[in-house]
Amino acid sequence: MIAFEAVSKTYAPGARPALDGVSLTVAAGEVFGVIGASGAGKSTLIRLIHGLETPTSGRVVVDGDDVAALGVEGLRALRRRVGMIFQHFNLLSGRTVAQNVAFPLKLAGRPAAEVKARTAELLARVGLSDHAAKYPAQLSGGQKQRVGIARALATGPKVLLCDEATSALDPETTEQILELVSILNRELGLTIVLITHEMDVVRRVCDRVAVLEDGCVVESGSVEDVFLHPASETARRFVREADGEPAAGVGLEGRLVRLTFRGEATYRPVLGEVARATGVDYSILGGRIHRLRETPYGQLTLALTAGDVEAAIARFQAGGVRVDPISPGEGA
Amino acid sequence: MMGNIDWTEIGQATLDTLAMLGGSMVLTVLLGLPLGVILFLTGRGQMLENRLANGLLSLLVNILRSVPFVILLIVMIPLTVALVGTSLGVAGAIPPLVAGAAPFFARLVETALREVDRGVIEASFAMGARRRQVVLWALLPEAMPGVIAAATVTAIALVSYTAMAGVVGAGGLGDLAIRFGYQRFQTDVMVVTVVLLLVLVQVLQMIGDRVVRRVSHR
Repeated sequence: MIAFEAVSKTYAPGARPALDGVSLTVAAGEVFGVIGASGAGKSTLIRLIHGLETPTSGRVVVDGDDVAALGVEGLRALRRRVGMIFQHFNLLSGRTVAQNVAFPLKLAGRPAAEVKARTAELLARVGLSDHAAKYPAQLSGGQKQRVGIARALATGPKVLLCDEATSALDPETTEQILELVSILNRELGLTIVLITHEMDVVRRVCDRVAVLEDGCVVESGSVEDVFLHPASETARRFVREADGEPAAGVGLEGRLVRLTFRGEATYRPVLGEVARATGVDYSILGGRIHRLRETPYGQLTLALTAGDVEAAIARFQAGGVRVDPISPGEGA
Repeated sequence: MMGNIDWTEIGQATLDTLAMLGGSMVLTVLLGLPLGVILFLTGRGQMLENRLANGLLSLLVNILRSVPFVILLIVMIPLTVALVGTSLGVAGAIPPLVAGAAPFFARLVETALREVDRGVIEASFAMGARRRQVVLWALLPEAMPGVIAAATVTAIALVSYTAMAGVVGAGGLGDLAIRFGYQRFQTDVMVVTVVLLLVLVQVLQMIGDRVVRRVSHR
């Protein structure tokens, strides 16, 4: 659905590039996360998708079109196929909720009867039918973002871009908005690109994720892989922010290992079984049990002390548990 | 106490002032609003950024604004005669009033447009708006409270300009105040004209504030 081919973007000649040779693809119907600190190039990346920015070099292909090659009308047509929601909602303060949702349809010159019917349908979908005549200033943050979502869906797009869409919301509202985004992805088959600086957002809704640092993609893959086995220092930092500092194993005896359980293995009493069978002793140094979208997972950092350590590791692996050796101080 | 007052004359002068104010206000908005929009759009980082056009317009506005209005009235007399056939009366006052107020209003409009959240403009483009649609359907409506407040300030400035226009034979309350109140020491005429001007300014400000409240939904 979306492909970046060696895309670079430099704003001023000689300045540090905002994006530097980024290549990635987003498949139709997936939720793709882009995570990075502020200034990593996330905003530039998302703005290239519907041509609010043009690449300095490389190509951005969206829904079969090379964005840079589209003329004014082609770009307008593309923007009707790519909806966008924003961190600060960007609603028109002088228009009512219904008028805001109707705005993209009005811009497209749709007939009034169609605009009215479609607006009512969209407001019902985001649960704001009762607020149609209110002005944005009378709404809560979560309600404003729902208006933003309804507005972004007005022209029936295939892609929804979320630019830090939950960063200005409290945790409970964030949950509701992410839930809505997930539902839209499933029910409408929307392809979603979501940029954020919070790993938690990625964990809740994304299928795949790219980690951006200084304009480069330093790591990308399925959320499970990046979240459970981050390869880059940047990804590890984001995972730590989401899960808290793990206990460090400094000064402990024995072999330090990290066990990763996924899916059903998470709920089996593997640890006890292995300990009884091999006589191994263990101390738990850190751990987390959570969900990545629908998949439960657990990750435990252990110090294996007495007993047959090699046999224990083999048994863990036979039981579908991934075992990674870690050096003291590295943590989870 | 009120022996010098000719109410018919005062009534006529009031009507003249209102005619000057109304006529020049309409033209000021018609000229100043587009001028302000162009000043904004050709400015740095805006959608029609054009340093030359912006520089020239800015210079014109600054020149007109830096000439004291009393001087502008006199300097413009040949142009006024060419435009409306006379430099006297209500008609003769309107060209200099517009020349004085339109650049002022344009600058205030430009400032009001700058206050509009850039995110809203970006969102409009992201929804597939043309530039024209962004300006007419997003930028100006979002700036409307500021533009109305600017119009109120301009209308009040025009009231004092009309009084000055009395100096070059425009008529109106200012002319009355100078000819009778000042030159003939008829203090009562002076007091009445000043009170009338004060009431006019109060009413304009009240109307302006009320309209701003109505169009503002922040």
